[in-house]
Amino acid sequence: MSNDVVRLSAADQGALFASGEVSSVELTRAHLDRIELVEPQLNAFITVSAEAAMQQAADADARRAAGEVLGPLAGVPIAVKDIVVTDGIQTTAGSKILENWVPPYDATIVEKIKAAGLPILGKTNLDEFAMGSSTEHSAYGNTRNPWDLDRIPGGSGGGSAAAVGAYEAPLAIGTDTGGSIRQPASVTGTVGVKPTYGGVSRYGLIAMASSLDQAGPVTRTVLDSALLHEVIGGYDHRDSTSLDAPVGELVAAARSGAAGDLRGVRIGVVKELTGEGYQDGVASSFNQALDLLRTAGAEIREVSCPNFPLALSAYYLIMPSEASSNLAKFDGMRFGLRVEPESGPVTAERVMAATRGAGFGDEVKRRIILGTYALSAGYYDAYYGSAQKVRTLIQRDFLAAFGDVDVLVSPTAPTTAFKFGEKLDDPLAMYLNDVATIPANLAGVPGMSLPSGLSDDGLPVGFQILAPVKADDRLYRVGAALEVLLEDSWGGPLLAKAPALEGK
Amino acid sequence: MSKVVDLVDYDEAIASYDPVLGIEVHVELGTRTKMFCPAEGSFGARPNSETTPVSLGLPGSLPVVNAQAVEYAIKIGLALNCTIAETCRFARKNYFYPDVPKNYQISQYDEPIAFDGYLDVELEDGTIFRVDIERAHMEEDAGKNTHVGGDGGRIHGATYSLVDYNRAGIPLVEIVTRPIEGAGARAPEVARAYVQTLRDIFRALEVSEAKMEQGNVRADINLSLRPTPQSPLGVRSETKNVNSFRSIERAVRYEVSRQAAILDAGEKVIQETRHWHEDTGETSSGRPKSDAEDYRYFPEPDLAPVSPSRQWVEQIRESLPELPAARRRRLQTDWGYSDPEMRDVINAGALDLIESTVAAGTTPAAARKWWMGELARLAKEQDLALGDLAISPQQVVELQELIDAGKINDKLARQVIAGVLSGEGGPAAVVAARGLEVVSDDSLLLRVIDETLAAQPDIVEKIRGGNMGPIGAIIGAVMKATKGQADAGRARQLVMERVNA
Repeated sequence: MSNDVVRLSAADQGALFASGEVSSVELTRAHLDRIELVEPQLNAFITVSAEAAMQQAADADARRAAGEVLGPLAGVPIAVKDIVVTDGIQTTAGSKILENWVPPYDATIVEKIKAAGLPILGKTNLDEFAMGSSTEHSAYGNTRNPWDLDRIPGGSGGGSAAAVGAYEAPLAIGTDTGGSIRQPASVTGTVGVKPTYGGVSRYGLIAMASSLDQAGPVTRTVLDSALLHEVIGGYDHRDSTSLDAPVGELVAAARSGAAGDLRGVRIGVVKELTGEGYQDGVASSFNQALDLLRTAGAEIREVSCPNFPLALSAYYLIMPSEASSNLAKFDGMRFGLRVEPESGPVTAERVMAATRGAGFGDEVKRRIILGTYALSAGYYDAYYGSAQKVRTLIQRDFLAAFGDVDVLVSPTAPTTAFKFGEKLDDPLAMYLNDVATIPANLAGVPGMSLPSGLSDDGLPVGFQILAPVKADDRLYRVGAALEVLLEDSWGGPLLAKAPALEGK
Repeated sequence: MSKVVDLVDYDEAIASYDPVLGIEVHVELGTRTKMFCPAEGSFGARPNSETTPVSLGLPGSLPVVNAQAVEYAIKIGLALNCTIAETCRFARKNYFYPDVPKNYQISQYDEPIAFDGYLDVELEDGTIFRVDIERAHMEEDAGKNTHVGGDGGRIHGATYSLVDYNRAGIPLVEIVTRPIEGAGARAPEVARAYVQTLRDIFRALEVSEAKMEQGNVRADINLSLRPTPQSPLGVRSETKNVNSFRSIERAVRYEVSRQAAILDAGEKVIQETRHWHEDTGETSSGRPKSDAEDYRYFPEPDLAPVSPSRQWVEQIRESLPELPAARRRRLQTDWGYSDPEMRDVINAGALDLIESTVAAGTTPAAARKWWMGELARLAKEQDLALGDLAISPQQVVELQELIDAGKINDKLARQVIAGVLSGEGGPAAVVAARGLEVVSDDSLLLRVIDETLAAQPDIVEKIRGGNMGPIGAIIGAVMKATKGQADAGRARQLVMERVNA
């Protein structure tokens, strides 16, 4: 069995499995071998659950042998961001405070993944509790960008994006609170989708900011994202914010888009998310993509979303406010790390303080303090309250824009991957990385990032597509069309241009 | 602990100050499952056996609102004459404590499900006192901490603490009054009657077992004093978790006396929470409210707003059972009891028993006679609640039927009751087993009468002469000779026949 199987798309691997040409055990073994080869350079995984994955692969093979009708991704292995709880497999959220914590239950999306017969290779690295845009804030070390090992893989889902980009896994699960699926996809040349808020269950996602968090697919192709989105999407009675609506015909939309015909599709370029602050090579790649969309028959026009410049500020009040409350449960009492004070009495308060002091990293502490302050009596209206008003304004901007166009587009991130440490001492500069992705989280609309080419620095650039709430299918139609046009222009997938990473 | 204060005599305190109450009552709803997850959480289960990732607050878990709890909250709101919100939200109340698994409690803050109501409370003398309700809101209960090794189960000095999360997540409704003014000297009675009335409503609505002794119903009593009813409100104390009716009354009295002492001394009452001590009948200082934590309330982002449809609310309104006050009025009319009679019945907790007894086929007067008479006396003697006596309404009916049929008399009936209570079976069985049936055989009676009359010929003469006075003595002797089993009326008849023969 050729190792090249890992370079196939998930859809192609699934087809080989379905036809009986390969077994899930073979597919899973090939990816575990690849992980063993490149992981020392990348550190994309916190936990590789090889044994469990091989067992699940054997189960998938047995189900196929028993004649069970399985979905198109059955047998294809997947990696899961380590903020999604997995029964029996350590789940750390990238934090020391959860080191060695083994959850007693599966997240809903993990249940769905297992039911669909996808072996779980392991848990991918992330910024601690998904706070950060570089995966430098993980307690388990940085993940490196497969395109340049000195550069960040994006964050917080850098582990998922790097794993997919480096062929360690054809599919991964990410979570996106302010861009943590799309921004890493952008800087690693992969495809990442943030579904409509509530479109994928949050049950079993360790919450950062409940009203913003959304799990979604990280893949190498638009079709693969659609396939995975259909597996994990749908109503969940255990999540009260889950949408009681069908996921939609996402795979069909991707397939129809791949025909390359976008006649009649109105595409709005968000004025506020282009121009100043965007790296030259990012802007030029974006404009080339627009030209291709035009050739496919799409109508391109500029659209203004005047409140978008307020989004970042509102986000950095709402997100830490919710996070400060969500992270209160990490106190050394019931699970995870427990640290007793070095001296003095061992009281509940002192154990909590010592545990949180030792278990949380700087960025997490920073956001807890920000959020605690923003919610406190006397400041609530000025901060949290005002931020919620901005949120409403952003939603109105989207509503107005989608009255004129079918989808909105922008570069996913203002720059390509920066070097490790470059922005570590400047949290505000780091926060700016999510400027283009955040509005979608505030409004709950779906968004996709797909690679639009390389910048002049030779690093991948992401192209963002945004659609109205519950119109996720539009992402797939437009995304698949653009993907085909771009790959035709490159003569193959962009990732083929990435360094080989064949081990040291 | 509190510093020792000299209390002012309650009557003197009330003569100098006007008390204002505010009462927060928590009731645990009797839903099958918890407020936000499918754990069952029954009382007395093995610690931490009734939990899910949600009620343990495990990472990743999410709450989902229990629809039955919402229905119960609406029932309570409607029974308290509240407006039911068209849409309401949950909020997070953030504070760190080991019995709160998430370190925040999901509660309702500025958007409660029910608000602006009132409850008419009937005091012992029949006075109706209206208590205005500010709001009734839903929330989840905390777990239970057991502090081991300290003094009297307190955390202070404990060597370790055990936490049981079985209770964590049990649905609660908290009912908050507006300031209760105008109660004057009767403030303790008003407080007690208010909570008692609520308890009766919870039971009538079947939303809770409402067992005070299991903590199903807990009251926090706010009390402040002011010089006159026209003065602005004084500084209040909040006595937490008082859970018996008697304690509520005592706690109010104690706080009136304590605060009056402080004010008389020219000092200021501290705004604080206070603990109630059942054993000493005192309150002691808890934490000062000025240091109260900032709860950082914000809308619970894990839960969608709750918007009960108007149609559903009306359905619930129509399905409300008759409430205790209305039921009492109806039964009083049906039974023809006087106000004092009815009050006695209620105070004795005999309403349900009498209703069942009447329903089983006896007259209201007879039912009242037994339950409020002999049975009440025996219950008191044995220190039992009336309902806990080992006799059923059906058996009381049976007893009355035996009397009506002339098989036993009232005096024998007491022996029959004793037999029933000591487990000898139903009234008829006791009569048979103990041989208590009234003697209806005239020959036996005549023999005894003849013997008695023969022994006292002068009495025969007196009666014959029209002096009926001594006849009682004759009948008494007959009754004694028959051990009370003679029918006194028949005996009298036979005596007259013999004398006049």
